[in-house]
Amino acid sequence: MIKKNNLKSHLHLYKKMLLIRRFEEKAGQLYGMGKIGGFCHLYIGQEAVVVGVDSVKKKGDQVITSYRDHGHMLSCGMDPKGVMAELTGKKNGYSKGKGGSMHMFSKSEDFYGGHGIVAAQVPIGAGLAFANKYKKNQFVCFTYYGDGAANQGQIYEAFNMASLWKLPVVFIIENNQYAMGTSIDRASSTPKLFTRGEAFDIPGRLVDGMDVLEVSKATELAASNCRRGDGPYILEMNTYRYKGHSMSDPAKYRTREEVQNIKDKKDPIENFQKHLLNEGLDEDEFKKIDKEIKEIVSEAADFALESSEPDLTDLYKDIYLDN
Amino acid sequence: MNSNEILMPALSPTMEEGGIAKWLVKEGDIIKAGDLIAEIETDKAIMEFESALDCKISKLLVEEGTNNIKVNTPIVKINDNHIPLPTKNLNKENDKKNKTKKIINPQNDVHDIDLEKNETQKILTVRESIRDALAEEMRADENVFLMGEEVAEYQGAYKVSQGLLDEFGSKRVIDTPITEHGFTGLAAGAAFGGLKPVVEFMTFNFSLQAMDQIINTCAKTLYMSGGQMNCPIVLRGPNGAASQVAAQHSQDFAPWFASIPGLKVIQPFSANDAKGLLKSAIRDPNPVIFLENEILYNDKSASSEIRDELIPIGKANILIEGTDVSIISYGIGIKHSLMAIELAKDINISVELIDLRCLRPIDYNTVFESIKKTNRCITVEECFPVCSIGNHLSASIMENVFDYLDSPVINCTGKDVPMPYAKNLELAALITPEEIFEKIKKVTNLD
Ligand SMILES: Cc1ncc(C[n+]2csc(CCOP(=O)(O)OP(=O)(O)O)c2C)c(N)n1
Ligand SMILES: [Mg+2]
Repeated sequence: MIKKNNLKSHLHLYKKMLLIRRFEEKAGQLYGMGKIGGFCHLYIGQEAVVVGVDSVKKKGDQVITSYRDHGHMLSCGMDPKGVMAELTGKKNGYSKGKGGSMHMFSKSEDFYGGHGIVAAQVPIGAGLAFANKYKKNQFVCFTYYGDGAANQGQIYEAFNMASLWKLPVVFIIENNQYAMGTSIDRASSTPKLFTRGEAFDIPGRLVDGMDVLEVSKATELAASNCRRGDGPYILEMNTYRYKGHSMSDPAKYRTREEVQNIKDKKDPIENFQKHLLNEGLDEDEFKKIDKEIKEIVSEAADFALESSEPDLTDLYKDIYLDN
Repeated sequence: MNSNEILMPALSPTMEEGGIAKWLVKEGDIIKAGDLIAEIETDKAIMEFESALDCKISKLLVEEGTNNIKVNTPIVKINDNHIPLPTKNLNKENDKKNKTKKIINPQNDVHDIDLEKNETQKILTVRESIRDALAEEMRADENVFLMGEEVAEYQGAYKVSQGLLDEFGSKRVIDTPITEHGFTGLAAGAAFGGLKPVVEFMTFNFSLQAMDQIINTCAKTLYMSGGQMNCPIVLRGPNGAASQVAAQHSQDFAPWFASIPGLKVIQPFSANDAKGLLKSAIRDPNPVIFLENEILYNDKSASSEIRDELIPIGKANILIEGTDVSIISYGIGIKHSLMAIELAKDINISVELIDLRCLRPIDYNTVFESIKKTNRCITVEECFPVCSIGNHLSASIMENVFDYLDSPVINCTGKDVPMPYAKNLELAALITPEEIFEKIKKVTNLD
C-alpha cells in the first residue's frame, strides 16, 4: 500500500498511468496506419484501475484479464517493446506474433492473459487462486472483467467455488459503463455489480476507479482479506472508456458531450497530477516525466516496426510441448 | 519521409479502402490532437476520425464524397512535422502487396460467371440479402423474432440487422446481455412455447458458450420426446476466419455442427442463396444452424442478383459446369475456388464447381453425378483438416462411385494449427487459390 505523502511512490503511479495513456495513443495511431490489425481495444480512461491495483500487488500475485489488456501488461512490468511488437504481429512480441492484442501472456510477470472470450478468464482466475491455496503460498490472483462480462453465468459458478473453498481471488469489475454499444442499465437487472456476491457470501465494494489512491486503498483491503485466508472479495471499479469499444466502433450510443464531461472532470491522470502539484511537486518534474515516457513509447514503436515478421516455420510450432 | 500528410486510416480489421463522408475541418484550421478531422465511411460504418497531434490543415487532398480511397493514401496536407506517419518505404511495401494481389484479384467480378447480368435487377450484398430475408419473414409471421448481442440499437455488430429495430420494435428485435448459454436456452424454450426465434451469435466463436443447449436441447428434444416437441429455431452469425483476429476468434465450425443428427446446417456463399436459404431455415420446423462469413458480407464475388425464391435446404448447386475435375466446396471456399478456376482456364482445364450450400443434409447425389462425369474430385473448405466435410465426402465417394475415379480425391482445407495473429502466418494458415490450383494440376496429373 502507498504510504501517505510518499511522493516517490506517488510519482511512480503517475508515470505508470501516463505510460499506459501514451502507449495506447501510439497503438491507436499504428492501427490507423495498418501496422496493427484485427481487434484492438484501448484502455484510455481506465488507467487508475490497473495502476492502483498493482500498487498492492506483490511479486508472485497473478493477474488475469480480458482482451482490453494493454494497460494490465504495462502496469505489471512487461516490456512496452515486447507488447508493441506483439500488437504489430512480430517475432519478438510476447506471443511471438501469434496472439496479437487480445492474447498476450508473460509467465515471468505472472500475467496469465489476455483472453478473447468474454468472462472466460474469470473461472481461470479462480483456478489460479485454487493453485495458490493448494500450494499454501500467500499469493492472490487479481481477476479482472467488464460490466458486460458480469452477466455471464460462468462468473457465478466461479463465485460459488471461490467462496466455498475460500480461494484467494479478488474479482475486479472494471465497470466502464458500456459493453460495446450496450450501457450497463440496458444489460443488467441491477446496476450494483459489487453486490452480486451476496448470495455466495462474498463481500463487495464500490470504488472510484478514476482515483488511483482510492483504488489502491480498496485493493489493500481486499487482498489482505484473501491473504488472511478469508476468501474472495469483489471490487467494482467505477470507470470510463474514452475510446470506442475497439477500433471499428463508431460509438453512436453515447454523446461526445458525455465523453468530454468525464474527460474534463474525472480524468485519472490530470486529477492525480493536480493532486501531486498540491503536494508540492513542481511542474518541471512533470515535463521531465512527459519526455521520458514519450521516449519509452517511441522506442517501443520503433522496435516493433523494425522487428521482423515471424518465420513461416513458426506456423506449426507451439501446438504441443514435447515430452 | 513525408510527415506532413495525414493518410486514409484503417478503421476496421477488414478495411482496405474508405470514403470521405464529410470533412469536419477546413483548410487553414488549427486543430488539436483528438479533434475530429472527417467522417470516414468504412466497409462497416461511418466513423469519426480524429487527429493524432496538434497541427494546421493546409490542404484537403480529396473532395467530400470521394469513395474507394485506399488505406494509407494521403488525404490531408498539414504543416506539422511531428506526426509519425509511414515512410516512403512502408508505402512501397504496400504498393508491392497490391501488385502481388493483382495476379488473383479478390475483387474479381466472379458473379459474372455465375449469373446472367440483368441491368434492371439490383445486385445485393450478402449482408443486405440476409437482412431482407429476416425482414420478410418477420413481416410474414409475427412469431418470428430476432435476439442477440447488439442486434437492435447498435444495428448489429456487423450491421446485418440494420433497420430491423425501427421496423419491428423492441418486442421483436431484442438486445441481450452477453450470456450466450442463457439466451440460447431461453430461445429454445421460446421455440417449445410456440415462437420462432432467430438467434444471432455475434460470431460463432461465442456459440461455444452455448454448445450444450444447441446440441443437447435444440438437436435432440424432438427425438427424445418421441416426436412431440420440435424446436423451430435458427442460430445464425458469422463463422470462420475474419482478418487477424487470431485463434479464439477465427475458426470454422461447419463440420462440428454437421456431425449432429437433429440439426440442419447451412453455409451459403452467394447473396441469393443466403436469402433463399435463410427464409427456408426460418420456416423449417427444425433447429437450423445458419453459418455466415464476415468476409463475404460485403464481398463482390458473393454479391448477386436476388431471384426471390425459396431455396430448399439440402440441395447443392452446380455453379460452373465442367468436364475435367469436380470441385466440391461451400461458403468462402467458393470464393477461393472461383479464383483457382480462373487460373485453371489458362491451362485449359475445365472445372465443374459445386456449391454444397447445405452440410446437413448433404446433397450426395449431385456430388456423385458430377464425379461420374469428371472422374476427378477436389474438396475445398476453410475448416481444420481433421474430420472435415471433405473427409466425409471422400469416404462416401469411395463407397458409392469408386469405379468412376481416375485419381484419389484431394481434400483442401485450412492448416492444422490454431489461427495465428501475424498477417504472414495467417495467410499461410488459410487455404489460398494458388494451393487449390496446385491440387487441380495434381489431380489431373499435370504437376
Ligand atoms: C463469449 C463472448 N461473447 C461475445 C463477445 C464479443 N464481445 C467482445 S467484447 C464485448 C463487450 C464486453 O464488454 P465488457 O465486459 O463491459 O468489457 P469492456 O469491453 O467494456 O472492457 C463483446 C460482446 C466475446 N468476445 N465473447
Ligand atoms: Mg464495459
